[in-house]
Amino acid sequence: MTATVKIEHVSKRYGKIEAVRDVSLALAPGQTVALVGHNGAGKTTLLKLMLGHVRPTSGTIRVLGDDPVAGEFEARRKIGFLPENVSFNPALTGREILTFYTLLKGAPVATALELLERVGLGPASARRVGTYSKGMRQRLGLAQALIGEPKLLLLDEPTTGLDPALRLSFYEILQTLRDRGATVVLSSHALAELGERADRVVIMGTGTLLGQGSVEELRRMARLPAKIRLTVSGETETIRNWLDRGETWRQVNGHVVEIDAAPERKIELLRRATDVGAPIEDVDVTPPTLDDIYAHFLRMQGPGR
Amino acid sequence: MRNVLLIAAKEIQESMRNWWVLSTTLLLAVLALTLTFLGSAPTGSVGVRALDVVIVSLSSLTIFLLPLIALLISHDAIVGEIERGTMLLLLSYPVARWQVLLGKFVGHLVILAFAIVLGYGAAAFALAVTGVAIDAESWFAFAKMIGSSILLGASFIALGYLVSALVRARGTAAGIAVGIWLMLVLIYDMVLLGLLVVDQGRFVSGGILNALLLFNPTDVYRLFNLAGSANVSVFSGMTGLADTITLNTSVLLAALAAWAGVPLLLAAFAFSRREL
Repeated sequence: MTATVKIEHVSKRYGKIEAVRDVSLALAPGQTVALVGHNGAGKTTLLKLMLGHVRPTSGTIRVLGDDPVAGEFEARRKIGFLPENVSFNPALTGREILTFYTLLKGAPVATALELLERVGLGPASARRVGTYSKGMRQRLGLAQALIGEPKLLLLDEPTTGLDPALRLSFYEILQTLRDRGATVVLSSHALAELGERADRVVIMGTGTLLGQGSVEELRRMARLPAKIRLTVSGETETIRNWLDRGETWRQVNGHVVEIDAAPERKIELLRRATDVGAPIEDVDVTPPTLDDIYAHFLRMQGPGR
Repeated sequence: MRNVLLIAAKEIQESMRNWWVLSTTLLLAVLALTLTFLGSAPTGSVGVRALDVVIVSLSSLTIFLLPLIALLISHDAIVGEIERGTMLLLLSYPVARWQVLLGKFVGHLVILAFAIVLGYGAAAFALAVTGVAIDAESWFAFAKMIGSSILLGASFIALGYLVSALVRARGTAAGIAVGIWLMLVLIYDMVLLGLLVVDQGRFVSGGILNALLLFNPTDVYRLFNLAGSANVSVFSGMTGLADTITLNTSVLLAALAAWAGVPLLLAAFAFSRREL
């Protein structure tokens, strides 16, 4: 299958600021992609480029086979977008707004009400948006993004303002769409929130692509040490001799030490810890967290950039 | 076309919700009725051409008020939606930017036309109800006045859009809109008058004056309504001017239409180049 989004050597300059520099990216159907980067990393600019809101300074973009900057851009019928701070005219009701957008996308009007129910806004649909809470506005934003079974869903910081229960049902909706072959792009400034749900992670930093791949691939690329926590029987002094291989370790308290184990040393350490006669009562292994991996890639871009 | 109508309908719906339509219509109606009954005082109730007097007073009102109302609703149309973040969402839909602009234009024009027809119509209706005899010629002049008022409104809506498509902030748009109003409604005529007085007919010929008047939509409107019909120009004191000005009705109408069309095209171009 051809890629939903194909970005080739795209740069975008605003005056002197290079918001995106030489980014190449291809997103496949049926993928959930986490677009991660801190504020100002170029995530939103990348989404705007995909939507045709801004023109690339150089490079080419194809979204669902079309050039997003071209006029009416037929492919937009198959794109759902949720902006970072979604806003609606407060004087209109939720139902009026969703009906308008449904008509604009050329989808059956009946689906508008279904969507409102689906995001839990059914009872509030006849109320003016001005009376909505932030979470409700965000839900209305999601509902409009889901109009017309999009093939590409671009969600800029989608889960801000959603309570945990709703967040869960939100991810379920995304899952269904993904299983039907949609590409879902979620942007966030924290990898931890999205990482485990994403098939693919794209890390951005000051306009450049710092790394991309599945969480596992990134984990391997980063080669970060796992943390092994050992609970020692008796005094921790007894372990000092046992740990002789130059591993960095910290004493957590009287009975617990923590070792930073490089990926290739991990198994060996564990084998020795579980050996008969080792002065170890308990072992805990914590793989590097997604935040650790994220921080690693951010450090890689080096200072001064 | 469907997209244009959808956006126009939404614009009308929003304006009805925030009382724009009602307040504009009421304002125009109250002023028009006031002018009608105060305006008939000097001619007395036996005035045979009561509606012609109303046309004179209403077109003077229109020249001041309508550009202001039109600029008020239009200066915010693009830059305001961009600032509020609603434009970002709207343009992610399968709708071209010129369709958004044209849809808003149609919507705003319908609102304005509604207010003009109802507000000014109320004055004519009240006059007719009080038993004043009005001949067909006066009715025709009145209809022309309403039509050209709508066209004048259209030109200022388009000017407002042009400003809105060009500037970065809403405040700037509002400032420039006020400037345009002052310039075209007040200052232009004063400067022109000053020029004519100083010049004493040495350099400014009738042809140049014609051209200068075409460069201001409110002057075009004034000429069209006050000097256009013989009966009305008697009351407006424009008979003298009407003799000098050789512009005929169709030229004036075309000029007014151009004042709506050209800024609208420029606004569409500016908007299409703009990055969000």
